[in-house]
Amino acid sequence: MLRGSTLVRHGLVFLGLTVVLLLLTSFVFDAYTNYNVTEVAILAISAAGLTVLTGINGQVSLGHGALMMIGAYTTSVLLTWHPDLPLILMLVASIATTGIAGAIVGIAGARLRGPYLAGATLALAVALPQVPSHFASIFGGNQGLSVPTPTPPPFLGANFTQEEWLAWIALAAGVITFFVLANLVRGATGRRFRMVRDNEVAARLAGVDVARTQILAYVISAACAGLAGSLFAYWVTRTSPSGFTLNLSLSLLTAIVIGGLGSLVGAVVGSFILVYLPVWTGGFASSLNLSSNVANNVPLAIYGIVLIVAILVFPRGIAGGFASILRGATRVLGPSRRSPALPTAPETPSQ
Amino acid sequence: MRLFVIYTLDGITNGMVYAAIALALVMIWRATRIINYAQGAMAMFTTYIALTVIRHGAPYWMGFVVALAAGMVIGAVTERVLVRPVESRPPLNAVILSLGVLILLEAIAPMLFGGQTQSFPVPVSNIDIVVGTTSLPVSPFALFTVGAVLVAMLLLFLVFQRTTLGLRMRAAAFNPEIARLLGIRVGRMLTLGWGLAALLGALAGMLAAPSVYLYPSNMDEVLVFGFTGAIIGGLESPVGAVAGAVGVGLALSYVSGYVGADLAPLGGFVILIVVLMLRPQGLFSFGRQRQV
Repeated sequence: MLRGSTLVRHGLVFLGLTVVLLLLTSFVFDAYTNYNVTEVAILAISAAGLTVLTGINGQVSLGHGALMMIGAYTTSVLLTWHPDLPLILMLVASIATTGIAGAIVGIAGARLRGPYLAGATLALAVALPQVPSHFASIFGGNQGLSVPTPTPPPFLGANFTQEEWLAWIALAAGVITFFVLANLVRGATGRRFRMVRDNEVAARLAGVDVARTQILAYVISAACAGLAGSLFAYWVTRTSPSGFTLNLSLSLLTAIVIGGLGSLVGAVVGSFILVYLPVWTGGFASSLNLSSNVANNVPLAIYGIVLIVAILVFPRGIAGGFASILRGATRVLGPSRRSPALPTAPETPSQ
Repeated sequence: MRLFVIYTLDGITNGMVYAAIALALVMIWRATRIINYAQGAMAMFTTYIALTVIRHGAPYWMGFVVALAAGMVIGAVTERVLVRPVESRPPLNAVILSLGVLILLEAIAPMLFGGQTQSFPVPVSNIDIVVGTTSLPVSPFALFTVGAVLVAMLLLFLVFQRTTLGLRMRAAAFNPEIARLLGIRVGRMLTLGWGLAALLGALAGMLAAPSVYLYPSNMDEVLVFGFTGAIIGGLESPVGAVAGAVGVGLALSYVSGYVGADLAPLGGFVILIVVLMLRPQGLFSFGRQRQV
């Protein structure tokens, strides 16, 4: 019953985490912090899905923002048609549609390797936001669709704000997502994912259906992106193509790399950095009285530098860098000279 | 029929710009097995440098030469300083590194040159040529665009196929270890290869800027379409990259002409997926697929 005990342990840890987080949002954080914490939770859900796909299964996606867009538009369109449907139904519907979209992308992606997969997902990230612009009657065109902020249930009291309620929802969704993914990654499915990542030929010889495993990873990853997209729609309160630029896709990928590729904790760390780096550096930049052209771009520049330095100095991500400092240099992390947390993407077959 | 001719000529003109980017990507891919996602941002940056030179009173051609030279320097420095340490690391490191360079360049550009969208001058008129009373669906600048890219390709071909330096560069890309044993400075060849690729990218930036205008992310779509063309062509073959990129240019032009301008990127994506489903290695790649 080792598996059962892992499940119970994870369950207790995550339950405790939920209680702590919900108490923090209600009694410690102010409205602005709650707003940021909600964003961290949303990005972390999406980044965790990408971690499973890229970090654990070895498939690169430069188009995860497009998948989030599918989730966001599912929620927004459904709410436009039926404003009274409960929130939980929206989340489930978004997970479902994005999961199906992920299956389609995954079926195509399972045939592609390395830069070919990267290029296809990059093209998806650029192409998909054009769809709502063209079919304006359904998706509201470039203006997008407005999304009402969910109102907290009355039993929480009159002082319970909408920001708190959205933070609760996003954090609860995040904790559930991480609970499910943590168990999945530790189990047989996770082992198959890693096997396909590390050595496709060996995986096939061991009886793993490589294509099916890759498609499953894509569906799981897309489902997370769908959930995140749905919450994102509530958080922004307006769903429009401009919210899902190439930048979002690239930010998600860089978040999981900075956090430490292949680690779910790294996805949270990366999302936290993604949200708070601009907040902190923005405050710093405005304190220097720089011109707006400079000040507005200081966060982006620092982000680029962090990314470059992280790759050159901490090849296993910031979380990985701290972890190895804590463990000390004596511990051997892998058999090869290469950093173990970054998988070698499948070799391109031609010379 | 006239519309079809217009769309075709437009498609070829844009396709040649994508081809310059595609060729730059393929050169770097063949030499270092890295996709340079910062190629578009580098081109944006050198185009800003050109604009600054031109704004200070220098003629267009001075800006043109400065942009190409700046491209070569940026490409070479990027390879030597940033890319060299990750060349032997897992491929994803290089992906993230080039994304980092992309983000950094797009952040620095508005700091130095201003963030607002700017128009970019043309060396020759970009109004359609009129012969007698009929206006031809082609402008002098379109002819210049196609001609400039063709000349650049021809020069590169001559360098790679007809000079000792080109032979060294090909050897360094083809088999670094043997090349090193034969006394070739492989590192220098890779640096030079990146420099030449970025020069080609800078050319694309100069040619694209009059129509897409100049702003920090103006080359993002051009990069994606060039990359799409390179992938369709198979990433290994320069001829394939050019053919693929011109094909993408034509497809985008037809889709935006006949269906709707906002669906053009979707058209490019659909074509990419169709080609990759039929040939996952692209059209012009003849490498064997590894099978169990």
